[in-house]
Amino acid sequence: MKLLEYQAKQRFAAAGISVPPGRLARTPEEAVAAALELGRIAVKAQVPIGGRGKAGGIAVVDTPEEARREAARILAMDIRGYPVRSVWCETGLSIDAELYLGITLDRDRRRLVIIFSAAGGMEIEQVAVEAPERIAKLWPDPFAGPQPYEIRQLAFAGLAHAPELRDRVPKLVSALVMLTTRLHEVATSLDAVTCEINPLVLTSDGMLVAADGKLEIDENADYRHKDVAEELARDETGDDGRSGDDPFEVEARKRGLTYVHLDGDIGCIGNGAGLTMNTLDLVKQHGGEPADFLDIGGGANAERVRNALEMVLLDPKVRGVFINIFGGITRGDEVARGIIAARDQLHITKPLVVRMTGTMEEEGRQLLQAAGIVPAKDATEAAERIVQLTAVGRT
Amino acid sequence: MSVLVDRNSRVVIQGITGREGSFHTAQMRAFGTNIVAGVSPGKGGGDQDGVPIFDTVADAVAASGADVSGIFVPPAFAADAIMESAASGIELTVCITELIPVHDMIRAREFVIRTGHQLLGANCPGIVTPGQCKVGIIPNHINTPGPVGIVGRSGTLTYEVIQGLGQAGMGQSTSVGIGGDPVMGLSFPDVLQRFADDPETRAVVLIGEIGGSDEETAAAWVRDTGFDKPVIAFISGRTAPPGKRMGHAGAIISGNTGSAQSKLDALSAVGAEIADTIEDVVRLTAARLGTHSR
Repeated sequence: MKLLEYQAKQRFAAAGISVPPGRLARTPEEAVAAALELGRIAVKAQVPIGGRGKAGGIAVVDTPEEARREAARILAMDIRGYPVRSVWCETGLSIDAELYLGITLDRDRRRLVIIFSAAGGMEIEQVAVEAPERIAKLWPDPFAGPQPYEIRQLAFAGLAHAPELRDRVPKLVSALVMLTTRLHEVATSLDAVTCEINPLVLTSDGMLVAADGKLEIDENADYRHKDVAEELARDETGDDGRSGDDPFEVEARKRGLTYVHLDGDIGCIGNGAGLTMNTLDLVKQHGGEPADFLDIGGGANAERVRNALEMVLLDPKVRGVFINIFGGITRGDEVARGIIAARDQLHITKPLVVRMTGTMEEEGRQLLQAAGIVPAKDATEAAERIVQLTAVGRT
Repeated sequence: MSVLVDRNSRVVIQGITGREGSFHTAQMRAFGTNIVAGVSPGKGGGDQDGVPIFDTVADAVAASGADVSGIFVPPAFAADAIMESAASGIELTVCITELIPVHDMIRAREFVIRTGHQLLGANCPGIVTPGQCKVGIIPNHINTPGPVGIVGRSGTLTYEVIQGLGQAGMGQSTSVGIGGDPVMGLSFPDVLQRFADDPETRAVVLIGEIGGSDEETAAAWVRDTGFDKPVIAFISGRTAPPGKRMGHAGAIISGNTGSAQSKLDALSAVGAEIADTIEDVVRLTAARLGTHSR
C-alpha cells in the first residue's frame, strides 16, 4: 500500500515529526478556504507516484484567487494515469537548505538502511550516481534500532560535504538524532519498505520540517495495517492508492490472482513465479510477445485454473494462451479439468496450448486429448506452437 | 555425500497439524525422511500419524534429539517459529511459509545468525538429498542420487531442472531452494561453499531470477574463492518489465539493479555456462560432467 503525501505526513506528525500546517482540498473552493486561512501556500496534487512536480502538479500561490485557479487546473489533471482527486494545500516554508532522510530495505545487507544526505530536493538515486560521497548510510540493528551515537555518525558524515551548513552542524546533528529515531519508529511500526522525507527542509529559524512524505507499506504486512487500508478505501481521494492502476491488474487482485499485465498478445499462465517468468521468456525467445504474467501458485484446483484462464482472456488483445504446468503438488488432471471447464463455459475459440509434466501428467494429457486439446511435448514445442497459432492474421 | 541434510538428520515439523504441514509430513515420510517430532502449540501429547506432537520446539528437541526443522505455519506466526527453532538449538531451520512480512524476516534472520545456526528460506521449496532426506515440498518422485548440486530461488524451476537432469540420467547430491524473498537465510555463496566442500558434488546448477543482486554476489564469490567446479546458470525473467513484482516478493527490477542481463553478464564473466532453456541446462550439465544424455 502506498500512502498519499498528506496521509504520510499525518503519520509523521503523530510521531512528533514537524510538518507544515496544511489542509486537504477536493474542490477549488476548499483550496481558496485553505489560502485564506494559511496565506501563501503550496498546492500539491495527491497521487501515489513521484514526479508530480515535473508534471505540473505542484504550484505555489500567493492569493486565494490564484489558489482557486491552480487548484482547478491541478484537480483536472491526470498524472501518469492517476487522476488527481485532491490537493494538499500547505504553508510555504522559508527554506535555508533542502536535506534528505529516508529509510528503505537494503536487499544486499538484508536490513533496513537509513539514508541521510545534505543534497535533498532531488531523487536520491540521482545523488547516489552523481555525488555518492554526499550520501551517508546506517544499517540499524533490527532489534535495538538506531542508537544516538550511530545517528550522530550518520549526520556528521552526511553533512561533511556541505560547507554551506558548517555553522549549523551542531544543532542540526542533535535535531537529526530525534528526527531519525522517530522516523525509524514510523517505518517499523508501519512495516514500511519506503519511508522518506525529501526534501527535509531546514528553515531559516533552524527547524527541520518534512516538506514531503513518502510511505509504502510491505504488501505482506497489509494484514497488520487494516486501519490504513480502511482509511485508504474510505477516503475517496485515496481510492486505495491504486486509482490509476492497470484495470486488468485491479480485476486480478479482486480475483485473488497473481497477475501482471503486459503489452503483448500471447496469454501466459504457469505455476510458480520462476516457471511463469520462464514461460514468458520462452514465448519471447520464439518471437512472440507475452500479454501477461499469471502464476496460479502451488496446488491449484480446477476452479482456480478456470478463473485464471478467464482473467487472461479479459484482455481483448490476447490471441491465444500458453499454459505451462509443472505438477508437484499441482495435479495435471485438476489443471486439465479447469482448462476444459473454462473452454466450454466461456466458449473459448482462441488457441490454447498446454504443456504439462509431473504429478498426474498422463491423466491430465488424456483428459485434454479427449476434449480436443493436444498437449505439447515439452515447453519449447509449446512456445513454438502458440507463437505460430497466434501469428495468423497478425499484422 | 550431500550438503546440509542427510540420512542422519532428525527432523521436527512446526505446524504439523495444519493442512500443509500434515500433507507434506506424510510426503516427507514416504520419501524416507526421519521425522521424529511435530510441534503444534496446545496439541502437545498427541500424535500425527504416529509422530509425537509437542507444544514447543524445546520440548520436541529434548524428547527427540531433532536437529533440523521444517516450518509450515501461517505467515503471521512464521518469524516467531523461526526464532523458536533456532533458540531451541535446531541447527538447520527450513521455512517453507510464503508471504512473511519483510520486517519480520529481517529480525528472524538476524536472530538465527546470532545463535550460530542456519536458516533456509523462507518462501522456499526446501531441500532434498536424494535417497536420504527431504525437508520441504519438492515432489518426491523426481529425485535421484548423483553428482549435481542444485541451488535455486524458484521452486518450480528447481523441480524442472531436477526432473530434466534425472530424465537424462543425472542425479543430484543435494537440491537446495533458497527462496524467492528479498530477505532470506542461506544465500547462493553459503550453499556454493557447501558444494565446494562436498567431494561428491561435481557440478552445480544455479537457478536465479530477476531482482536484487544475489546472482552477482554469487559470481563474485566464484571469482574470489576460485571455485573450480562447473557452474551452469539459468536466469528467469529476461522479459520481465522494470518495476513489476513477478510473483515472488524479491523478483522485481528496481532502477538499475536486478535485471537478468546484469546477472547473466556477471555469471558469464566468471566462467559459468549460461543456459537459455531448461533443455540447455541438461545439455550443458551433461557436457561438463562428461556423461551422455540419454
